[in-house]
This record gives sequence, structure tokens and C-alpha cells, in this order.
Amino acid sequence: MSAHLPALQIALPLMAAPFCLLLRKRQLVLGFGILVCWLSFAVSVGLVRQTLEVGEIVYSLGGWDAPWGIEYRIDLLNASMLALVSLIAAIVLTYAPASLAREIPESKQYLFVPAYLLSMTGLMGIAITGDLFNVFVFLEVSSLSSYALISLGRDRRALTATLQYLVLGTIGATFILISIGLLYMMTGTLNMADMATRIGAMESMRTVHAAFAFFCVGVGLKVALFPLHVWLPNAYTYAPSVVTAFLAATSTKVSVYVLLRFVFSVYGYEFAFSSMPLDTMLLALSLLGIFVASAVAIFQRNIKRMLAYSSVAQVGYMVLGISFASVSGLTGAIVHIFNHALMKGGLFLAMGCIVLRIGSARIDDMAGLGKRMPLTMFAWVLGGLSLIGVPLTVGFVSKWYLIEAALEKDLWWVAGLALLSSLLAVLYVWRVVEVAYFREAPAGAQREEAPLSMLIPTWLLIGASVLFGIRTEWTAGIAQKAAALLLGVGP
Amino acid sequence: METFLGLYNYWVVIFLMMTGFYTVISRGNLVKKVVGLNIFQVSVFLLYISMGKVEGGTAPILVDGQNVAYSNPLPSVLILTAIVVGVATTGMALALIVRIQEEYGSIEEDEILKMEQSDA
Repeated sequence: MSAHLPALQIALPLMAAPFCLLLRKRQLVLGFGILVCWLSFAVSVGLVRQTLEVGEIVYSLGGWDAPWGIEYRIDLLNASMLALVSLIAAIVLTYAPASLAREIPESKQYLFVPAYLLSMTGLMGIAITGDLFNVFVFLEVSSLSSYALISLGRDRRALTATLQYLVLGTIGATFILISIGLLYMMTGTLNMADMATRIGAMESMRTVHAAFAFFCVGVGLKVALFPLHVWLPNAYTYAPSVVTAFLAATSTKVSVYVLLRFVFSVYGYEFAFSSMPLDTMLLALSLLGIFVASAVAIFQRNIKRMLAYSSVAQVGYMVLGISFASVSGLTGAIVHIFNHALMKGGLFLAMGCIVLRIGSARIDDMAGLGKRMPLTMFAWVLGGLSLIGVPLTVGFVSKWYLIEAALEKDLWWVAGLALLSSLLAVLYVWRVVEVAYFREAPAGAQREEAPLSMLIPTWLLIGASVLFGIRTEWTAGIAQKAAALLLGVGP
Repeated sequence: METFLGLYNYWVVIFLMMTGFYTVISRGNLVKKVVGLNIFQVSVFLLYISMGKVEGGTAPILVDGQNVAYSNPLPSVLILTAIVVGVATTGMALALIVRIQEEYGSIEEDEILKMEQSDA
């Protein structure tokens, strides 16, 4: 049983998705979906424990060995990505029923769960597989189902936002497909580990360079790396709250993981950072992204859109960590993947509670909300502090590693800019706090907290983002080991 | 000149790729955009299939006592999967366009943009 956990991780939600269509009853389907998500989380915890014991798990699907068959290859980095995706999926779906009842027509609610499970399967599949073409297939599984999820939004602009995402997402995926084709042409293999051993001999060839460039641009679209982020703000703004929380916490993070895996495990960082100028490119784009997106976030009137722009900025921090190509830089990037998933997931869940009660995500409608929904707003403020990077929150841990990495390389100005950018986050978080706490509620507004079924999941994520900000050794310890693995230095 | 003609399959691929990409960017009609996206994807299918072809090669079936030259079947198999993905994407996009037509009464990008600005 425990030897087959890798297959179970993918097979469980994949098989459960069509089964939901047979159940049909809203309550049954939601309960079943929640059960499947928590079971997946249990499986991924099992995988994390196995990787901590034995190091790397190699699993040949169907008993066909590596270069011919598809292989799942799990080390500490992807095991913890799997745990992250399944945990967020489970928490968000547990939160979902009350929020869905308000935001999606009842006839469509049972259709929501299969799409959600498929999206989760795709994201976990990207993380678990050791085969490049399999990455493409799972990428499309997760993308197609997330298009369906986003288009469920009530606002008609959700439809145009989805189509825009679909067109850009398909272009990105096709770029990745071109890159995989070129690499297969040169190396004759699709297995990442096998490819890594063969690629060294042909590093000077132009086809290999082109494949690298295509892949980075394709994944850049999925990561929403500035300036390839245009699809993200609309998609996050008009999707149902539950979908936004799930996608914001997982989908761009898994894409960052793909970038890490491709750059460090397939090509090796000497190639990416010496013969290709990836570090300068990523450094420039991430800093630009952080500043432009944070500045745009300050002027948003819709808070979901504000948080979406802040996501683009936060992705910039992860990419900034990658651009240093050092252990502390990568630790910062990986730990920020986790931390940002916790805080942005928590923030969007809090937004879902607010939308449930006041029916709007506009900042002007939030007057006096600190008194009307004290628990929800307090969770929001804690999440906001974490976005800024205040000590004792997870945001501080990420910034600490990033700045340490910048100083190691004597990039004083980068460290200064990273600190300065936190001030921009202070501005946009403060705008919400001011309206919610210091402006009088409209007459007749009553105290009406969100139901417990939504508050508890919100506080789970926000609580975790404070807990891991105090007990830094858990997440940062795993991130440090994973960074050392990627760079090939001893743990 | 020889390399130019010898690699003609790649020129076809690049021509199709750019045609599709340009259509996606330049057309305002949503259906035309999806058609462009399709051409763009198909060009990559051709890239894969033509790379596996061996001149004079047949299907990979072993015949007793003969050495058969056969084309690499793997790229074709990969593309079967990619075609399925492409069909799903197109279906999804067309379904969205139908819904957009119902909600906005138009599938022209500039008209929709105008209506969205008055929405906000």
C-alpha cells in the first residue's frame, strides 16, 4: 500500500471527479469532494514522511521502467508541493458550501466539484511527475478545469476574463510544447533525469538554447511573471470567491515549481545562469513586477482586484529569489511559495466571507466592517500584515531570506528596493484598514459575522501564517533542504 | 540553398505558427481568434510529426528475417494526446463564446470592451 502512494495521489482525485457526476445531489457531491480532498492530503503527508526517511522516491507507472515508461520522481521539494496543494484544496473546499450557495446557481453547484477535483489533480500531477510531456498534459488538465471554474462567476465579465486567460494560457502551454519537442529532438528522451545527463554534451547548440527560451516564456505566462501577467487580475476578480482563493494559493505556485525544476534539475544552473542570462532577466523583470504591480494595487477600488495585483507582486519576490541562484535565495523563493499560499489563501477566504455578507468586494462598501465582522476583518488584517512582511508573520521570514541572499551577492540596491517595496504594501493594506475600522458603518448595518463553516477554514490558514512566522524552523528548514537539493550541494 | 530546401518542413511549421499567432493577436472577432489559436497549435503538431519521420520508413512492425526501416512512432503518439487537448481547448473556447454572445449580444472584442467599461 505505502509503496503505491504516488499513484494513489493522482488516481484518487482523478477517479473521484467523474464519480461526482453520478452522485448528482448537491450535498452528497460536496461531502464526497471534501472527503476526497482530505484523503489526498493524508496521502501527501505519507509521501512527505517517506521522502524524509528515504530521500527520493522513484515510482514507475504500470511497471514500465524509466526511459520508456512514465516515472514519478518525488523528493522533498515536490512532496511538500503536493502537501501544500492538497491541504489548500481541502481547506478551501471545506469552506466552500456556504459561499457557493450565494455565488453559484444551485443547478450548477454539483458540477463545480468535479472541475475543482480535476484542477487539483492537474496541479498535483505537474508536481509529482518526472516526465516532461506528462508535465504538459497535467498542465492542460489543470488549466482547462480552472477555465471552467473561473467562468462560473456571476458577473458577465467572468466570461471574457476566462476567454482571455484561455487564449494566453494556451499560447503559454503551446510554447512549452514546442520546447519539449525541441528537447526531444536533441536528446531522444522525455524523462527529466535522463535528459539532464544527456543535455550537458549539447549545451552549445542553438536548438537547446531555443528550447530553454521557449520554456521560460511559456512558464512565465503561467507564473504571471510581469509583463506576462495581464490575464491574472481579471480572472481573479470575477471568479467565484472560492475559486479565486484556491487558484491564487496554488496555481501560480505550482508554475514557479515547474520553473525551478526545469532550470535546476533539467538544465542545471551553470547553463541557465552562465551561458544564458536568466539571472539578469529574472532580476529585472521581478523587480519591475514588484513595483509596478504594487503601485497599481494601491489605486484599485475592488479589493479582489487589489489582492490580485498584489499576487503579481508577490510572485515577483519568488522569482527574485530564483534569480540569485544561491542556497539562501532559493530558500527564500521556496519558503515564499508556501508562505504566500497561506496568506493569500487566507486573505481571499476572508474576502469570500465579506462578499457573503455585504455582497460586494468594493472598498467603499466596507465602511465600518471592523465592527460588523470583527473576526473576519481581524483575519484580513493579519493576512495584510503578512503581505507587508511584519515580524512574527510568515511574510517576514521570506523577506529575511531574500534580503540575506541579496546581501550575500553584494546587491545592496536590490535589498534596499525589496525593503522599499514593502512600503507600497503598507499603503494598499492601510487603505482597507482605514475604511473598515475608521469609517462609520452606514445606518442600519448590524453585526453579522460569517458562519463558522467559513470562519474556521479562514482562521486555519491565517493562524498557520502566524504560527509559521514564529516557528520558522519547520517551513524554512524544509525549504533550505529542498534548495540544497536543487543546487546539488550537500544538505 | 540546400539547407534551406532540405529543412522545408520547418519552414512550413514556422509559416503556420506565425500565421496563427498573428491571427490571435490582430483579429477582434473572438471566433477568428480561436481559429488562429488552432492554426498555432497545429503547426506544433507538424513539428513533432515531421521530426519522427525517417525517409522510406514504414510503420514499426517487425517482419521475420528482414531489417525494416521505420519512423519513430513516439512523436505521433504524443501528438495524439496533444490533439485531444487541442480539441478540448477549442470546445471550451467556443462554449465560452456562445455564453459571451448570450450575455453581451456580440463577439467583437472592441464592442465588448465598450460595454465592459460602461459596466464598471
